[in-house]
Amino acid sequence: MIRIEVVSKKFGRTAAVQDISLEIPAGDSVALWGVNGAGKTTLIRCVLGLLRFEGRILIGGHDVARQGKRARMLVGYVPQELGFYDDLRVAEAVRFFGRLKGLALRATSEVLGGVGLDGHEGKRIRELSGGMKQRLALAIALLGDPPVLVLDEVTASLDACGRREFVSLLSGLSGSGRTMLFASHRVEEVTTLARRVITLQQGRITAQTDAAQFLSGMGVGTILHLAVRADVRAHAMDLLRNSGFAPQLNGIGLLVPVPSEQKAAPFRVLAEGRITVDDFEVLSGTTAPAHTPRMEALP
Amino acid sequence: MTALIATPQIQSVLPAPAESCPPGVLRNVATIALRELREAVRSRWFILYTLAFAVLGLGISYVSAAGAGGMGLSGFGRTTAGLINLVLLVVPLMALTAGAGSIASDRERGMLAYLLAQPVSRFEVLMGKYLGLAGALMACLFLGLGMCAAILAWKGEATRPASILWLAGLSFGLALGMLSLGMLVSVLVRKASVAVGTAIFLWLTLVFVTDLALMAGAMALRLRIEQLLALSLINPLQVFKMWSLHAVDSTLDVLGPAGLFAVDEFGPWLHLIFGLCMAAWIVLPLIVAAMLFSRRSPL
Repeated sequence: MIRIEVVSKKFGRTAAVQDISLEIPAGDSVALWGVNGAGKTTLIRCVLGLLRFEGRILIGGHDVARQGKRARMLVGYVPQELGFYDDLRVAEAVRFFGRLKGLALRATSEVLGGVGLDGHEGKRIRELSGGMKQRLALAIALLGDPPVLVLDEVTASLDACGRREFVSLLSGLSGSGRTMLFASHRVEEVTTLARRVITLQQGRITAQTDAAQFLSGMGVGTILHLAVRADVRAHAMDLLRNSGFAPQLNGIGLLVPVPSEQKAAPFRVLAEGRITVDDFEVLSGTTAPAHTPRMEALP
Repeated sequence: MTALIATPQIQSVLPAPAESCPPGVLRNVATIALRELREAVRSRWFILYTLAFAVLGLGISYVSAAGAGGMGLSGFGRTTAGLINLVLLVVPLMALTAGAGSIASDRERGMLAYLLAQPVSRFEVLMGKYLGLAGALMACLFLGLGMCAAILAWKGEATRPASILWLAGLSFGLALGMLSLGMLVSVLVRKASVAVGTAIFLWLTLVFVTDLALMAGAMALRLRIEQLLALSLINPLQVFKMWSLHAVDSTLDVLGPAGLFAVDEFGPWLHLIFGLCMAAWIVLPLIVAAMLFSRRSPL
């Protein structure tokens, strides 16, 4: 469904994406994983035809650079944060994007109801919470039932509760035969939504694994996500490595695989190094098996 | 918030595309233009400019009529001359800033990238925005001038509908030219504040600096009359002024030797010459803007 052929993208002299080739068959769900600046978002922007690039990208056989409209007709896109006219009402936004996709929508309640936004048609976009804006973006992305869904760190601006709700919403789509390509910093999103995980580093693919291997490849059953200030992350990485851990940077903090009975150990190491942990999450054990259609009550 | 997410239903409620091909150019341009028009009409700048234009127009009309000893419009038409000067000041500012803010502010807010991730082409987005803003400017001008004409007629002042119509049409032509120039600035400049600042600088240059430079050049370089006329035709504001005066009075005596030379030399061709100059100011910046917009990143 998506074929990426030797794609490179440079910003000035900096290579953001280098010689990436990737085949994503219909129905597959692929996560792009890597630290900030690894090239995830750049690759997604190339797939959408927002950036000029070297190489070729085909969506459903349509060349993104030459047949951009046809290619994007097959794609629903959810950005990190919905940026659109704040004064626009929710129903107006849905109708507007529907028209751009060749749909003549009279009633929008069904479309919005599908993502839990029923009853919000008359609200202005600026009145929506971050989570509701993302739901609106998802509703817009699903207009016309596109076979491909492209998501760019869609939960990055949401709080923990909003994140859980949104990932739950997306998990129903990942097993629906739709092709998904998404960038994420979060282990639980990757393990819940993806079948394959592509790890990017400095614009290159460094690993391709399936989602089950991805978690086990991180070491053990429990992973701590530690939020520390950006200016001390490198020092924190060194301290943890020197204490026998194998931390990874993920753009919003550190991921530290730990034995389940030693979850406090990394905190002790960082405290001794006078590094403050601003926030943390325990990620393992919270993930659901990928591609399992389910119905669940959100908190 | 509790929301029951029935994942298999999400897609079933979404309407299937009306056609497999993306909507045509005209349809997308119309969709975006209507969206832009509605947005502009709701905005404060539109209301402020329309009110300011109408109030200043009425003030000028009354002062001109009073200056004519209560004789109202006659001969050359003091009121129309006053309105021409008002248009020369207000309309370029209005159109330049509206155009300059359009693409740049969308880019800054992330709206442009989101819009271009839909099945639309860059040309459609640019033309849609241009036509939408052109519609808003037309509404603003026609409302302002219409209010002037209506109130003058109601007060029993003599009016010449043809003069007002000519003035409205030529003002709209000037607005289109300035809007093209503004959109070119908007495509070139990344930040909305810089784009609007550049537009104001251009406005000052066109309104004041070129007039002064022309006068200084004529005296210092002893320019021949045909050179002076040619240089005047480079400035769209001068084209508008000469064309308006010519349309209202069919002579250009008021402009002095250059005006007399233009009438003597070109006579019946003057309308065509002015029309071509105005058309060039509308079309050329827009073509350059479209070419640049097709290549530049929307981010």
